[in-house]
Amino acid sequence: MAADTRADGFVVFDHVQKSYDGETLVVKDLNLGIGKGEFLTMLGPSGSGKTTCLMMLAGFETATNGEITLDGRPINQVPPHKRGIGMVFQNYALFPHMTVGENLAFPLEVRGMAKSDREAKVKRALDMVQMYAFINRRPAQLSGGQQQRIALARALVFDPALVLMDEPLGALDKQLREHMQFEIKHLHDSLGITVVYVTHDQGEALTMSDRIAVFNDGRIQQLAPPSDLYERPENAFVAGFIGENNKLHGKIEEISDGRALVRLPTGELIDATPVNVHRKGQSTLVSIRPERVEFKPELLPPGAHAIDAEVLEFIYMGDLFRTRLRVAGSDDFVIKSRNTQGQRMLQPGEKIRIGWAPADARALDPVN
Amino acid sequence: MADMTADHMPQAAAKLTTADGRPLKAALARAQSSARRRAFLLVLPLLAFVLLTFILPIGQMLHRSVHNNGFSANMPLMTQWFADNPIGTQPDEAAFAALATDIKAAAVARTIGIVGTRVNYELSGTRSLFTATGRKADDLAPPYQAALVAADEQWADPVLWATMRQVARAYSPNFFLAAVDLARDTDGSIIRAPEDRRVYVMLFIRTFVLAALITVCCLILGFPIAHLLATLPLRWSNLLMILVLLPFWTSLLVRTTSWIVLLQGQGVVNNTLVATGILTDDTRIQMIYNQAGTIIAMTHILLPFMILPLYSVMRPIPPSYVRAARSLGATSWTAFRRIYLPQTLPGIGAGALLVFILGVGYYITPALVGGASGQLISNLIAFHMQDSLNWSLAAALAAVLLACVLLLYWLYDRLIGIDNLKLG
Repeated sequence: MAADTRADGFVVFDHVQKSYDGETLVVKDLNLGIGKGEFLTMLGPSGSGKTTCLMMLAGFETATNGEITLDGRPINQVPPHKRGIGMVFQNYALFPHMTVGENLAFPLEVRGMAKSDREAKVKRALDMVQMYAFINRRPAQLSGGQQQRIALARALVFDPALVLMDEPLGALDKQLREHMQFEIKHLHDSLGITVVYVTHDQGEALTMSDRIAVFNDGRIQQLAPPSDLYERPENAFVAGFIGENNKLHGKIEEISDGRALVRLPTGELIDATPVNVHRKGQSTLVSIRPERVEFKPELLPPGAHAIDAEVLEFIYMGDLFRTRLRVAGSDDFVIKSRNTQGQRMLQPGEKIRIGWAPADARALDPVN
Repeated sequence: MADMTADHMPQAAAKLTTADGRPLKAALARAQSSARRRAFLLVLPLLAFVLLTFILPIGQMLHRSVHNNGFSANMPLMTQWFADNPIGTQPDEAAFAALATDIKAAAVARTIGIVGTRVNYELSGTRSLFTATGRKADDLAPPYQAALVAADEQWADPVLWATMRQVARAYSPNFFLAAVDLARDTDGSIIRAPEDRRVYVMLFIRTFVLAALITVCCLILGFPIAHLLATLPLRWSNLLMILVLLPFWTSLLVRTTSWIVLLQGQGVVNNTLVATGILTDDTRIQMIYNQAGTIIAMTHILLPFMILPLYSVMRPIPPSYVRAARSLGATSWTAFRRIYLPQTLPGIGAGALLVFILGVGYYITPALVGGASGQLISNLIAFHMQDSLNWSLAAALAAVLLACVLLLYWLYDRLIGIDNLKLG
């Protein structure tokens, strides 16, 4: 698979497998290297094994097989409290019977730090998230966003080199979530810590990560920087999971150095870039981003094939127009166009011709 | 109308009124009155039930603990004489005349036994004095002092007269004094009861110590079970919960007697220990008809009262708290002590309070398996209710018990806070 194990990684998963019942594998042969200072996101639908991986790294689950190393040291047998990994939980897990200050002092206290040092560190960590004024409050007296900041400060207060975050923004509303994304990103940049972040929100993953590991069915489907992941998905799952994609089934008609012609069931020919298809006659799934589809013939690249489409629905979304088309017999082909000066608003029933640059359409192996 | 306006004008300026000029408060009260009346009618049956079956009997019991007119109602002349003459007055012929007249009247009315019983509470062995003299009352003739002393020379005993003076008052704190092992001297001052009759304080102490011990046992046994119930998947925890509740659905008598079967000298446990060679026939352990029996059986019976509040507090505590503590560097013991345990305090408090209060008042189990050393204060209250028929003393003992429990409840409220209590 795409997992390029960095042998010198700060965190390394080496052929890690996990089963809860001895019958099915939740994590199937995971190989992953995470560099020091990297922001790596594990992205995937629920049940894909991403949270289990995080829990194995934190020490709350043991790997059934394989080895996890942290900074070169195998940690399979190390109990959670000796791993020195900061962790932010989905529901924050702030101790309700302690004040904010006591919550932050807790990790320092159990490390036997002197009181004066503790106070200085707690102040520094709270200042970092602009929450020092709340030091004497109880978690229940704080809003969701404030609790999130405290949880973040608590995970960072004992200067861990690695911080794990398990869907930390899941409970916040959209605006606050976006704000916190940037804040976490800034903290990561300024502190130079390594972050492993788990989410099922692809927007969050794209915004924050250095690299994203897309999980499905216990395997990493693709491990790549956000732009690669979005623009060059390596299989049908990734293409469908990240962002919106139009999918056209067809058969390879012609394949030659980086270009392919695909014949649709209706007999039309389209251009595509072969990704994991290799021979003529193979069935394939062509995926094209809605914003890369062109419906003005004059803007199509020279030599590109164009096909017929019928407008079914036009939705005005403010900054974007979203148009649903019938293409090659399927009713869910979507194109997006920016609401620029003089942009055409397509009318339902209108017959148009659409096309795209061959590089934007990716011919993928449909069984994957 | 005119004077009404004049009356209301100064206030109306300050108060809000409805659109048609009525004061807003009055309008609101009228609008809500029918709803309020209906709500009151709905709770009325319960209110009446609680009043009749709970408040009234308790009030009556508390009243009985300080009030007993067994003497004063049946010996009016004697009561009058004690009222007229201060304490320390030697009984004169007038006093003996009043006594003889009262005894004659009581003998006719067949209340002489009640009088004798009342005096007997304070001075044992005097009931027969009254009933015997009552039988011969017709023979009594003046001078009464000589006649009564001739009938039984105990009538000249100053202790008897001091006792009669005390019981002549319908309201007296004497039963409470007796309940805490105190008594009255002949001159009315409070002294400790004779050594061989000091039983109640010791029993109160034993009751509270045993109840505390049972509470601790329940906590130690119940905490892990409640934790298991709270962390297991619902399918399994429901099954376990049924096992926990099973004792609730079994008769208390059956459960207690099955403990007898298990624990007695020739019982299952001892037989097994002997059969496996751990004990010999001479060293069988006495586990029942003593304090050990009371503790074992009551711990078993009261365990669900500890488990249920604990469970209801533990169930909503997400495992992420302990995980967070572990990831922050706490050992599992520290995480338990600093993070998990404090969050279960409301459940521990509720369970301990329930078990302790129920344990302090438990009656059947200690009566059946407690033997002599495992009897609690409630067994003695029952004894005074059923056997000695000294209801006033029983009431006083119960009132002391109630006061102690209320005191503990108040202490709990001060230390932990009653709003911190979670019963389920």
